[in-house]
Amino acid sequence: MAPLPLQPVALGVFLVLFAIVTVMGFMGARWRRGDLGNLSEWGLGGRGFGTVISWFLLGGDLYTAYTFVAVPALVFGAGALGFFAVPYTIIIYPILFTVFPRLWRVCKRYGYLTAPEFVRGRFDSRALSLAVAITGILATMPYIALQLVGMQVVIAALGFGGSGVWADVPLFIAFLVLAAFTYTSGLRAPAIIAIVKDLLIYVTVIAAAIVIPIHLGGWGKIFAAVPAAKLTLPVPGAHTIGSYGAYATLALGSALALFLYPHSITGILAASSGRVLKRNAALLPAYSLILGLLALLGFMAIAAGVAKAPQYAAGFAAYHGNFAVPALMLAAFPPWFAGVAFAAIAIGALVPASIMSIATANIFTRDIYRAFMRPDATDTQEAGMAKLISLLVKLGALVFILGLPAATAIQFQLLGGIWIIQTLPAVMLGLTRLRLRAGALLAGWACGMAVGTAMAASTHFKSAIYPLHLPGALTAPGYAALYALIVNLVVSLALSLVLNALRTPSAAKLDPAARFEF
Amino acid sequence: MPPPPRPAARVWRVLLLVPVLAVLAVPMFNRTAPTLWGFPFFYWYQMLWVILCSGIVGLVFLLEVRDGQGEDNA
Repeated sequence: MAPLPLQPVALGVFLVLFAIVTVMGFMGARWRRGDLGNLSEWGLGGRGFGTVISWFLLGGDLYTAYTFVAVPALVFGAGALGFFAVPYTIIIYPILFTVFPRLWRVCKRYGYLTAPEFVRGRFDSRALSLAVAITGILATMPYIALQLVGMQVVIAALGFGGSGVWADVPLFIAFLVLAAFTYTSGLRAPAIIAIVKDLLIYVTVIAAAIVIPIHLGGWGKIFAAVPAAKLTLPVPGAHTIGSYGAYATLALGSALALFLYPHSITGILAASSGRVLKRNAALLPAYSLILGLLALLGFMAIAAGVAKAPQYAAGFAAYHGNFAVPALMLAAFPPWFAGVAFAAIAIGALVPASIMSIATANIFTRDIYRAFMRPDATDTQEAGMAKLISLLVKLGALVFILGLPAATAIQFQLLGGIWIIQTLPAVMLGLTRLRLRAGALLAGWACGMAVGTAMAASTHFKSAIYPLHLPGALTAPGYAALYALIVNLVVSLALSLVLNALRTPSAAKLDPAARFEF
Repeated sequence: MPPPPRPAARVWRVLLLVPVLAVLAVPMFNRTAPTLWGFPFFYWYQMLWVILCSGIVGLVFLLEVRDGQGEDNA
């Protein structure tokens, strides 16, 4: 099998765009100048981003490079099921609108930088806060690693992968650039780079949605080339809700989990007001349209027959379906525009990877270092620790990707989604007047983590879909995260009722929730 | 901190359930006909709801602003 050929023009365009965003990343430190020795400046951009910058930052944060490679890959491989990304990214916006302006307001008022910090204040429980913090860090690490997978695929498509010891050098360089500008500029760097990244993504996807159907004879021809079994979801047989249950629960569960990820909350808390978030809940769906078109690139790849083309065989052998989009770009676009598209994906990896490492660093610093190790840490010590952690987190992701097969990162990311959703009762219900108790939430979290992990283990970590057997010989295949969340909610609510019934009226008056006026 | 919002101003939020339910009702849209510009129903229906969801969220925001609830007192 011939190695992937070097694409000199595409590579040139790619390198120029990459160099431009590198410079922008470092210049970010001077943009809206603040004291970067202060964690709320380094780690939240001083909570100063208005509607437009927040739109780019949240868009760059939520719609990641891995999404752009993996969603079309899933549609390419599994067909209609992969399209669940669209309902998923519809459901997130009513959630963003109703829940998160309130989190923003509480965190602004009390100076919180992270969700675990809010949980500590709301429930007066260091144990529950630590559980939320560790869950956040565990869920984010494989997500960062997957961004590097997205980058790896385009580097290979450029024929720039090299071989032997040199194979990983380009990825290592990209990683160093990412680490350096995140270290010096904090959240300002991904915010400014997100503008370039998103413009490149929009140009690429809109061009693909116009140019490729013309090549292939129209959208009708593209859908006609897709086997009928992949075009819609298989109709469930008797005694099962089949693929319908899987599709709906994946969309709903993923949507409930998304804004619990530390990098989402960092993006939310960096907004300058709750009103900015509400406006963005109406404006961000523009990205979902782009994601829908991107998903359909998977069908275009089927119609174009790139999987059978000998020149891409090496790419498909190494990266399977994840190579579908890069192969399609090389086949359908002139080389210089393929370079633009690949730069969009690679820069699309830098933005979320940077925000994720900042979010993890904020959590480690505020909720582990200051909460348990150095309660008297100064602002300067805090910011220094966060910068150091942001480097270590990315180094961990790099070692992960270079040392373990990509499939392992994907399995951990699958678990990450199941885990992060278990913080929903403490974070989202913590924003309501419900009289929840820390001990009950901790027990619910533990049950949810255990049940969710066991469900994933029963599929050998291959699938997030668990075939739940209901009474009456009915099977309900559904997203394990959602099933585990239900267990968590039942335990949290029931145990809170019991604990509240047991406590005296005077103890109820001392509830830490009283200070939050919801 | 402003006083808790009047409950009446939040009734519009019920509208936010509409796009959520519309895209979760999978059996209703799991079919190819009718097609639109070559897109099977399954695909254009869900893409259409992206636009409708954006419009509904925007509408609820504007209604809350009109009722004096558009600020950060979510």
